[in-house]
Amino acid sequence: MIWPIDLAILTLVVIASIGALMVKDLLGAAILFGAYSFMMCLLWSIMGAVDVAFTEASVGAGVSTVFFVAAVFRTSRRTKD
Amino acid sequence: MRIIGLIIVVVTGALLIYAATDFPAWSDPASPASTYLSPYYIEKTMEETSVPNIVTAVLADYRGFDTMFETTVIFSAGVVCFFLLRIPRREEPEIRYYRHVLTGVTIQLKEGYKIPPSADFERIDAVWTPPDLIIKTGCRILIPFIQLFALYVIAHGHHSPGGGFQGGVILGASIILLAISHDLRTAVRRMSEKLIAILCAVGVSIYAGTGALCLLLKQNFLDYSALAGVLHVDPITARSHGILMVEIGVGIAVMATMIWIYNNISSAGRYRQGL
Repeated sequence: MIWPIDLAILTLVVIASIGALMVKDLLGAAILFGAYSFMMCLLWSIMGAVDVAFTEASVGAGVSTVFFVAAVFRTSRRTKD
Repeated sequence: MRIIGLIIVVVTGALLIYAATDFPAWSDPASPASTYLSPYYIEKTMEETSVPNIVTAVLADYRGFDTMFETTVIFSAGVVCFFLLRIPRREEPEIRYYRHVLTGVTIQLKEGYKIPPSADFERIDAVWTPPDLIIKTGCRILIPFIQLFALYVIAHGHHSPGGGFQGGVILGASIILLAISHDLRTAVRRMSEKLIAILCAVGVSIYAGTGALCLLLKQNFLDYSALAGVLHVDPITARSHGILMVEIGVGIAVMATMIWIYNNISSAGRYRQGL
């Protein structure tokens, strides 16, 4: 494990997750969630779990982002709270 | 309400972090997982199943029952999406729009009239934006390669990272890309709703059927070494082949479910005017 890369990606994961919770624009939250998934995928592959990283990249960063965007497109773009 | 939620989240998070301090250290040789569990799989997987990728062997063979119900969960997600969102087609006649493919002329037909399906006219939605030529052509070039890669991921799961879940998701994503770059109607014409529903069930049935076949051949459920007599190979190779059969089932089920969920969400259950 290369710790500077590990630390940098972990920081980005925390920033992306907090940003996805805080942002008012739901489309932005969906994209931030995709970025979070991609960073998690990098973390998995750093830890040597390549199968999990592959699943995270295809399901988390790929298809679920499309589902979120589709759901936002069919509902409203702003949060109510 | 927000304050209560924040307090609950902070307390739960603090408890989880406190519990995480009890974990064995990273790659600790004395931890319970490293003393007897991991060495067993690392040493025995190759000679028992002849599958080089230990993760695939554990997922589809040693813990095959677990993966079967994971596939069932994916299947139920697709079915639930269908039942919640799908609005059945109205039976009364509606105004239809057709587009002449060569000239781009749009025709509006009164209620009850329709043009028989042909290569000259394609049916379009009331709100229809022409797909961009560059995106359309680019995606048309990309999609076959994505599908080929997905098949490679499913078939090569024994040797490299990947397998049914990942390959199925990529295969489904290629059809979703078609729906995004063209329109939903084009994708549904390639993969009709009925076909998707059948494929969903077929994928789960292949998995459960492989297990039941082992049961019929006087072995335990999902013990693929029972297939040796049917496949005319030794029991170790039969376990490897059994894993491949199961992965194909998972791939089909996951692919169909992904397309099904996308179709229902992006069109709000009406199957027109997708994303």
